[in-house]
Amino acid sequence: MNFIWSFLIILSFVIGAMNGKLSDVVNAILSGAETSVTVAIGLCGVMVFWLGIMKIAEKSGIAEMIARLLKPVAKFLFKDAAHNENAVSNIAMNFSANALGLANAATPMGIKAMEELQKMNKDKESASDSMCMLLAMNTAGFQLIPATVIAILAAAGCKNPTEIIVPTLLVTCFAFVTAILTAKIMQKIFPPQKENEVNNG
Amino acid sequence: MVSLKAVLDVISLWALPFIILSIIVFALIKKVPVYETFVEGAKDGIDVTLKIVPYLTAIIVAVAMFRASGALDMLTGFCSGFLQRINVPSDILPLAIVRSLSGSAALGVFSEIANNNPVDSYTTKLAAIMLGSSETTFYVLAVYFGSVGIKKYRYAVLTGLIADCAGIIGAIVIANLFFA
Repeated sequence: MNFIWSFLIILSFVIGAMNGKLSDVVNAILSGAETSVTVAIGLCGVMVFWLGIMKIAEKSGIAEMIARLLKPVAKFLFKDAAHNENAVSNIAMNFSANALGLANAATPMGIKAMEELQKMNKDKESASDSMCMLLAMNTAGFQLIPATVIAILAAAGCKNPTEIIVPTLLVTCFAFVTAILTAKIMQKIFPPQKENEVNNG
Repeated sequence: MVSLKAVLDVISLWALPFIILSIIVFALIKKVPVYETFVEGAKDGIDVTLKIVPYLTAIIVAVAMFRASGALDMLTGFCSGFLQRINVPSDILPLAIVRSLSGSAALGVFSEIANNNPVDSYTTKLAAIMLGSSETTFYVLAVYFGSVGIKKYRYAVLTGLIADCAGIIGAIVIANLFFA
């Protein structure tokens, strides 16, 4: 990440200067910084609401029930995190919300799951295998119906925008499986530097 | 296809109401003080949001700079010859790159493609599939890891990028099968 980030910034200045777009680059810093706060504030409301609802789910024991149902799948994907009910139930809901295209609802669930995984993580600055797996599941962007894309196609006058649903589903499944398998393989290639992931959550 | 979409639309509409209702009704049966519990959990939300800001700013500013500098257009120029040889329209390249970096930018690029090409063209459909099957990898990284203060991403970036590449290649292959 250090490399990618500095690469983007240095290259932007160099190429911007070459193209005579240096002032655009500088403006982009200001507008980008503003956007990032807007995005975070936009998240704040749903985040607050969801964490409240999840606290209720936690106390009533329903989170635990969902997690128990999903234990076999969770064990394969998340190994030792599988017995953390709050993590598993939030991961399950995060995945379902993403699949249904409810991105705004999915994010707080994913973050809540991350917090639970962080509790079990020994090295608090370094991502655990389970965290990387959760992230892989999210970056692959599994979605049943690409609603936004269909809407744009329809707006542009496409006769049959829904015909992209099946091909998109095939691609998204392929990317999703690739992400999970890659994360699984990477766990072996890059084991945690310190003894990571505690036994008990 | 329309019926499949109709069914999924209904599920999407009812998913959240169903989850929230189940949680509250179940808690009431179990005699959990729902209101107090909600407030207790919800107050962490602001904290989490604040924690994400630095990570988001880092990535969003870098990506905005990169786009403004014209680097993306140059990259497209370099690669267009090669892409044409493997039957991929060069319009697609900015989308393939930008979709991992910025969701709003990817939508913008896609709208441009949809408006500059015939709507039912191969290019537009390939772009639609590519965008529909993607998620903004760097945004997800920043938000999810930022919320818990993870600074060392280990292999997460590499995994995300490999999955993105798989999505790009998959989109090209599938679009060829369905629409070429």
